[in-house]
Amino acid sequence: MRSILPREIESLWTLFTAPVVWALHFIVCYVVVAIYCEKAGVWEIDFNSIRIGLGLLTLAALGMIVLSAYLAWRQWGFGSGDPPHDRPTDHDRRLFQGFATLLLSGLSFVAVVYVAIPLIFIAGCQQ
Amino acid sequence: MTKVLGDFSPEERAAQEERLRKVWETPGGWRYWTSVNNSDIGLWYGVASFGFMLFAGTLALLMRLQLAVPDNDLLTADFFNQAFTLHGTVMMFLFAVPIFEAIAIFLLPSMLGARELPFPRLSAFGFWSFLLGGVFVCGSIFFNSAPSTGWFMYPPLATDKEFSGIGADIWLLGLSFIEVASIAAAVEIIVGIMKCRAPGMRINLMPMFAWYLLIVAGMILFAFPPLIAGDILFEMERMFDWPFFDAERGGDPLLWQHLFWIFGHPEVYIIFLPAIALMAMIVPTFAQRPIVGYSWIVLAAVGTGFLSFGLWVHHMFTTGLPQISLAFFSAASEAVVIPTGVQIFVFIATMLAGRVIFSVPMLFGAGGLITFVIGGLTGVMVALVPFDWQAHDTYFVVAHLHYVLIGGMLFPVVAGIYYYFPFVTGKKLSDAWGKVAFWLMFIGFNVGFFPMHFSGLRGMPRRVFTYPGDLGWDWFNLISTIGAFVFAAGVLTIIVDMFRPKYKLNDLNPWRSGTLEWTNNPDESWGMRSVPIITSRYPLWDQPNLQRDIDEGRYYLPDAKSGRRETLVTSVLDAEPIQCLRVGGTSYVTIVAAMALGGVFIALTFHWWITTIVCAIITLMAILYWLWTGTAEIPEAPEIDVGLGERLPIYRSGPASVGWWAMFITMVGDGTAFASLVFGYFFYWTIHEDFTAGISGPGAFWPMAALLLFLFSWVLMLAARHLNRDDNIIAARTALVVALVVTVAASVSGLMGPFTHDMDPTSHVYPATVWIISIWTVVHAVVGCIMQAYCLARSFAGRMTARYDQDIVNVTLYWHFLAVTAIVSFGVLGLFPMMR
Repeated sequence: MRSILPREIESLWTLFTAPVVWALHFIVCYVVVAIYCEKAGVWEIDFNSIRIGLGLLTLAALGMIVLSAYLAWRQWGFGSGDPPHDRPTDHDRRLFQGFATLLLSGLSFVAVVYVAIPLIFIAGCQQ
Repeated sequence: MTKVLGDFSPEERAAQEERLRKVWETPGGWRYWTSVNNSDIGLWYGVASFGFMLFAGTLALLMRLQLAVPDNDLLTADFFNQAFTLHGTVMMFLFAVPIFEAIAIFLLPSMLGARELPFPRLSAFGFWSFLLGGVFVCGSIFFNSAPSTGWFMYPPLATDKEFSGIGADIWLLGLSFIEVASIAAAVEIIVGIMKCRAPGMRINLMPMFAWYLLIVAGMILFAFPPLIAGDILFEMERMFDWPFFDAERGGDPLLWQHLFWIFGHPEVYIIFLPAIALMAMIVPTFAQRPIVGYSWIVLAAVGTGFLSFGLWVHHMFTTGLPQISLAFFSAASEAVVIPTGVQIFVFIATMLAGRVIFSVPMLFGAGGLITFVIGGLTGVMVALVPFDWQAHDTYFVVAHLHYVLIGGMLFPVVAGIYYYFPFVTGKKLSDAWGKVAFWLMFIGFNVGFFPMHFSGLRGMPRRVFTYPGDLGWDWFNLISTIGAFVFAAGVLTIIVDMFRPKYKLNDLNPWRSGTLEWTNNPDESWGMRSVPIITSRYPLWDQPNLQRDIDEGRYYLPDAKSGRRETLVTSVLDAEPIQCLRVGGTSYVTIVAAMALGGVFIALTFHWWITTIVCAIITLMAILYWLWTGTAEIPEAPEIDVGLGERLPIYRSGPASVGWWAMFITMVGDGTAFASLVFGYFFYWTIHEDFTAGISGPGAFWPMAALLLFLFSWVLMLAARHLNRDDNIIAARTALVVALVVTVAASVSGLMGPFTHDMDPTSHVYPATVWIISIWTVVHAVVGCIMQAYCLARSFAGRMTARYDQDIVNVTLYWHFLAVTAIVSFGVLGLFPMMR
């Protein structure tokens, strides 16, 4: 399992992985629905297909976030060494990055779920 | 990291200090204004934005006087419109954002242990742009021509010249100019935080302030450009009648609302996060312990930064968008509460875990948090669609936004003023006056704004200049007015306290803070006496003898033998020293460039075309002179002694250099503006059954020709960079010349599509959109040509060689972005109409 996962990389950018997934998920939901609601008459697609499509996208996004969380957990040494991670060493810097990335993955997971909730409760454009 | 620190005799130290003082000297007399030192620029920026705040506050008091009693005729309706428009505009654009830029420019180098930010002249340019734009916008009210259509300038009211007069142009052009300053500040802040931290200040040891500012500067890059794009569309409609927002010719006023609020909502957090960042510096000091949950603060800052971009439509809940769309934004608006709550709980936990000293900064900080929480709770209410439908455009929203902004921004900024006053001036503001000011402001604010919730719920709309007496609004309004004046008395108390004569402190660190900025002596303009090695989040608490070792020049860069302003560049993650960077010194060129660019915007407002062109040429010349004389200078030796027995390179190119990052960051912002224009294209496609309205498009031939030529030019640029690096100078120059010619051909082809198909941009929004995207791309190509010519000139002048190739590397980076722009532009314009 672990061999197919990406190797640990030394970069500041990994911190932003999960929020970027949230942002992409959010944009796709917004754009797809905005276009659908204007063009529904032209394209004859059922709203339920849109909901299912975006539901699958949500699952994919959550999967990505869980993966990012796992990688973050690995960077945190699987929970070895509790915060505050304030020693002046590479090791502590890495643990800090892992822990902060893990926290952001958690927030992004919840935020993706929030954004997906309307897909369950609202059954049409209702314009 | 065990290093042997330097050890200098008192005579050597005196000689070092003499040299440093000379290099970092702020000029005297009127030349003082040519200074680019971060402490001068930061101070001017801060004073100017505080001045604009007082101006906008005075307008607010006038409005409150007008609304104190029903059927009042103190102000005319038109003046009232100008007053509320300018009040909102000035507070947001000229106070809330610039004051944080001021604080960042002032504090960041000291906090990070740098001598200077990497681009001091850029900061100066930003400041002068801001000042000129601000005076222009504010001054308009004295000529009865201020913008009067509300700070978010909704069309069709604001596009109607009869109703909005020249005020709307002043708003659009004046603020576009100021947005340039904000983006300049963002570049400066991001590169400064990523690359200019003291050795050893790894990202897990960075001060909280730097974390917040990094995120905020990143947000500016994605939030301001959509507004710039919107401004361009808006101004094209007002100046040349291109119908972007005119529904009769296929336009849509809602596009402006989208672009404005894609900027406008993140803007709220761009204002809020730096203020909270100040609190994250103040709270640990007065709780006398490190912050609890450092990583959680990073979560909060990054999380808020991202989520804030998913909220913009909550300003548009009443525009008739599909409810499913509204629900997405409502959900994201509720989600942003989580990271916001986290940061407040972190502060509470820190206070509970330490022993809190209730000083004036803490008083303002705590008062601000309470106020912000109330505003946040009404925010949760208005983020719910059905409630918003009732409260929209009423005084309830006025109350909400003032609770958020004054609690989340103004009170923490005042806390910051009290806290950092000794850092700036070496003197302390009075505790007694501070307490009086706080209670006046806190009580005045609540008396002033709490009743607005009720007047709003009773149906009082915002922006009315008067109201009849029998609607049950009069008492609330009278109380609000009284509160506003009590609040103003508090602000006045602070100003008096600032100007009151005070004793100089003998203590650099009167609050016993732990962070690095408190090692700086405000009487010296060199910032850090020597750049220390950092091993803690609170170095002054944890690193014994730090102050003494810094002052004795025992760390990096204790001297200025080269006679140049120098600071250290370190690696992003672990802050290992990688370069000794020479930064620009005192110069007129920044003022000339800013004034000339200001001239462009001001002349455009009044349609003085020739003046516009002249000013544009002066701007270009000034910038070229600035680049030619002040950047990518070939050093006298490849390496320099930086102290502690280490030698570092002076010149770096590519991603290791600060200039490369500045270009990258600027182009990310530029790309966002371009994406906003492309969003506009697809927006019109979405809302119309046939978005071309039967008008012929630019065809496929010319766009495809332009696309291929741009790609060819890009390949030539890559080749030129490669050849130059291989020291094949003649081939590199040839490639540059051919690339330049091809770029010109590409630009002409880019315009030929809409031109040969007789696309009239005033007839319908479709041709207007095609033209604007083509022109955007071609303007970038013209800049690209200038860059190519610049590289050629540098090569011929011997200022760019195989080894010292920063210019061509950065220009090639620009060309990567230009190539993407061309692919998207001409791909969409040429091919999309066929696929509809």
